[in-house]
Amino acid sequence: MIIQLFKKSPLSFKIGFFISIAYVIAALLSFIWTPYDVMAINLEKRFIAPGIGHIFGTDHFGRDILSMIMVGARNAIAVSLVAVGIGMIIGVPLGLWSAATRSTGGRVIDEILMRGNDLVFAFPSLLMAIMITAVFGPGAMNAIIAIGIFNIPVFARMSRGGALGLWEKEYIMAARVAGKGKAKISYEHILPNIMNLLIVQATIQFSIAIIAEASLSYVGLGTQPPNPSLGRMLFEAQTMIFFAPWLALVPGLAIVMLVLGLNLMGDGLRDILDPKLRRKEPDGVEAKQNVSS
Amino acid sequence: MRRLFTIFILSVSLITSASAQTTLKVGLQLEPPNLDPISGAAAAIDEVVYGNVFEGLVRIDENGDIKPGLANFWQISTDGKSYLFNLAEGVSFHDGSPFDAEDVRFSFNRARAQNSTNAKKYIFEPIANIDIFDPYTIMISLNQARPDFLFNIGLGDAVIVSSKSVDKNASQPIGTGPYKFKKWVRGDRIEFERNENYWGALPKMEAITFKIITDPLSAYTAMKAGDIDTFPNYPAPENLFLFNNDPSYEVEVGLTAGETILSTNNKRAPFDNILVRKAMAHAINRKEIIEGAMFGNAEPIGSHFAPTHPDYVDLTGLYPHDLTKAKAFMREAGYGDGFTASLKLPPPIYARRTGELIAHQLSKIGIKVNIENMEWAQWIDQVLRNLNYDLTIVSHVEPMDINIYANPNYYFGYDNKEFQAIIKKIDSSSNPEEISALYKEAQRKIADDAVNGYLFQMGKFGVWKKGLKGMWRNYPIRSNDFRDVYFEEQEGLMND
Amino acid sequence: MISFLLKRLFSLILTLFVATIIIFILIEVVPGDPAAFMMGLSTNTDAADALRAELGLNLSAWDRYFNWISGMLVGDFGISYTYRIPVSELVLDRLTVSLPLTIYALILSTIIAIPVGVISASKRGSFSDTFLMGTAQIGVAIPNFWFAILLVLLFSTTLQWFSAVGFVGWEAGFFPVLKSLTLPAISLALPQAAILSRVMRSSVLEVMDEDYIRTARAKGLTKRQALIRHGLRNAMIPVLTILGLQFSFLLAGGIIIESIFSLPGLGRLVFQAIAQRDLIVVKSIVTLLVLAVVMITFLVDLAYAWVDPRLRERGER
Repeated sequence: MIIQLFKKSPLSFKIGFFISIAYVIAALLSFIWTPYDVMAINLEKRFIAPGIGHIFGTDHFGRDILSMIMVGARNAIAVSLVAVGIGMIIGVPLGLWSAATRSTGGRVIDEILMRGNDLVFAFPSLLMAIMITAVFGPGAMNAIIAIGIFNIPVFARMSRGGALGLWEKEYIMAARVAGKGKAKISYEHILPNIMNLLIVQATIQFSIAIIAEASLSYVGLGTQPPNPSLGRMLFEAQTMIFFAPWLALVPGLAIVMLVLGLNLMGDGLRDILDPKLRRKEPDGVEAKQNVSS
Repeated sequence: MRRLFTIFILSVSLITSASAQTTLKVGLQLEPPNLDPISGAAAAIDEVVYGNVFEGLVRIDENGDIKPGLANFWQISTDGKSYLFNLAEGVSFHDGSPFDAEDVRFSFNRARAQNSTNAKKYIFEPIANIDIFDPYTIMISLNQARPDFLFNIGLGDAVIVSSKSVDKNASQPIGTGPYKFKKWVRGDRIEFERNENYWGALPKMEAITFKIITDPLSAYTAMKAGDIDTFPNYPAPENLFLFNNDPSYEVEVGLTAGETILSTNNKRAPFDNILVRKAMAHAINRKEIIEGAMFGNAEPIGSHFAPTHPDYVDLTGLYPHDLTKAKAFMREAGYGDGFTASLKLPPPIYARRTGELIAHQLSKIGIKVNIENMEWAQWIDQVLRNLNYDLTIVSHVEPMDINIYANPNYYFGYDNKEFQAIIKKIDSSSNPEEISALYKEAQRKIADDAVNGYLFQMGKFGVWKKGLKGMWRNYPIRSNDFRDVYFEEQEGLMND
Repeated sequence: MISFLLKRLFSLILTLFVATIIIFILIEVVPGDPAAFMMGLSTNTDAADALRAELGLNLSAWDRYFNWISGMLVGDFGISYTYRIPVSELVLDRLTVSLPLTIYALILSTIIAIPVGVISASKRGSFSDTFLMGTAQIGVAIPNFWFAILLVLLFSTTLQWFSAVGFVGWEAGFFPVLKSLTLPAISLALPQAAILSRVMRSSVLEVMDEDYIRTARAKGLTKRQALIRHGLRNAMIPVLTILGLQFSFLLAGGIIIESIFSLPGLGRLVFQAIAQRDLIVVKSIVTLLVLAVVMITFLVDLAYAWVDPRLRERGER
């Protein structure tokens, strides 16, 4: 069934899917194997242009760029995955709770939660991320927290919106009459029905998180050295682009391809999972404003 | 006739364009927080105003030598305790108020007052009395002989200010120097114009603009595009060679007073063990660090002393890079299997790059180094104030600061009676030969004890357009004194 | 309508109030002392203490919060710790760079996005639609700072068309300013244009399905005529919402871009202020930015309510 769906899916989805899978494989592979040791500093091999031996060349410490990209992509994916996960785990229940209380007569909690949402949206995200790292010190963990916080309202808003419509459906009414509690209904009936929506949104948030992580590492706040990170590779390359342009081109393209793959896949997923939304744009558009640098 | 006239005008304009440029645009990576050298500690303040807007009794020149400043000449009593200064006459501040001995007394008294925010208050602490004999003769008496006193009062922290304008110096600096403050667009540029009433020889440049360029990428493009004439201290040694290869630029790599060291917390185990520190000293490969982090543009050091100083001793051979010896010391210290340490790095790129290299080098003798990058504020808080660190890398830019090792509370945690005695002797001696010998002894002592990892003397990377003359090669103190800077008349410009 | 307005206004003020508390607390817990920072590697701890007293850092947290809020209410944002000049002066100075840059970027992104969105939508499924939307997909995926570096490499270093550095200052005249802001504006505008064109496309598609367009077409108007006469205005509403958000985002969002191009803008000021622990500047600017977002949201809500009275009741989109 899945194979059939895949065959029927638009070309853009297939492209996106293959790009994303390629990254995931490369990232997973980097756990056990990279062409070269990413930590091995060897000044005799620095600034080797892309070619045989080092497909993407070497950096100012003589480290292999392909290997660094593999591990860097792994770090970016890990940070983004956890950050979006946090956003979902906190945001979705909040949204469901909000919708449940509103639909059963209470407005206060809904109002508070939604104003809280607006509040988070109102803060300039990159600045707040920098502030958070100023408090806790830089590192992958803080990048996760900073990106995660701004994902909460996105998922809260989205699941609330989806859930509100469902609460008016008859089978939900029936469940309420049968005496099921709000939490149980939300979990058993509402959540499965908005799952498609959430998966699509998650893909999009994921790609936004990749760019956000790159921005944070570019300003030195994300994954810390010697652990490679795509954003930091770009930062370190900027004064060397005049004689070693690949140092900036390769990691930049790596980010673009990864984000592009995820976006194409997200768009395709929406088409497949939710034909009603086929023409509409994702609600994630607003979030995009908030998180990219 | 009209045609002739046009030609005449044209040729005049050609001639004027051929005569030398009299405005200077200077690139600056760090913006000074304010322009008052006596209240701020930031080196960036001195880089802008020292020697240009503000002057002290004496002036430190490009070679670190003491030259007459607002004091024409001086006499030091034989016991080294009294300094008699003869002040320049006919000097006025930029606001027109005349300068005399009262201003000196005011400036020094303010700097040593109880509530002084002077970052180098210690300079003024030995002062016992300030006596004015006449408006141009002043005597400063010290509690004890201080051979470094004259040099110290040449620093930016001891410039002479006027009581009328002192409170506004942070944003409207008023000094006696060859340049007057004109304008400061914060975050962008600071403009000076020539002080036509300057008491000394008028400088050649009529106007100086400091352009603040924080990003090293912009530093390169600004220089290449000709937007600025010089970067006295160019921030990216990695692409310096591109200017070297370009005939329209000149590059001069000099030295700063910045000893870049792997500071080690001597109070904390296992670094309280001298064997561990010796092992680390042998594990450090200075050549690789200078090549990898500074792209060859720095000089190795073996102790905490500037190679440009006459009393410098080359101690780089004391603990040569030798992994076998390093491992032997590790075993002897009981850490044959190594240990884990944290390396807290402040923001400058030299520290970050050196940090990665150090981590790599120490890993070879089993020390697993975890790098923690931090902002200056965090670094000052954790490392400098609370000694909450194992290792860190920083460049100590203060000139002649080996005496910091005599302070047991300083962040190295080095509490050594022998060394403290050496410094005490230096402070109380007035015999130059004895002082010189003592400085050498001091260098050896901290090198022997491997208090810190001594890496390299930070280079000063001067880049300027060809034809610009009189720029400082070295930074004995953090200053860009533009009084002797000029553009050479360019030949061949007429043919363009 | 009045009650709707009042309700909105009340929640606006409440949001701002809560925001100031959050900002203040965050600033309080930031480790690192501004006075110590300013003294650098200096060993004079007395000086740091004296400075702390001078900066008013010895007051209790309550007093400082109260002083801050009451000052802001009368337009007094305090004195910057590092620069020692009024924060309001600093911020206004920086706005003369950031505001034109933001507007420039928004204009660029609108000029690109609206035609792209409309063409794409009206030729849905065609090659040009696929091509334009594919390009937009790539545009969304490009980090703006990387794009900026590429622009510098190409236009400043290789072609030498634009100076890569700094802001010439308004006294240099309008066109030099425009020129010095062009590359940064393009870097900021590209990803925004990509997003905006996608929104525009879907918005137009939505409108085309509406009854009044069908009616108009039934009356004999061509697709294009119907769209231009009746559709575009309605299709612009969601686009305006996004533009409003982009405006407030761009105002301080250009931290990296401002730094790459050495522009003395608002973003760089906050970034530097955080690093230097010039916390009074940080909290004032963050508050102003929150205010800007909240005000824009408020205005957009008003516009919606004005366009569509039904929305007043729902109170949210």
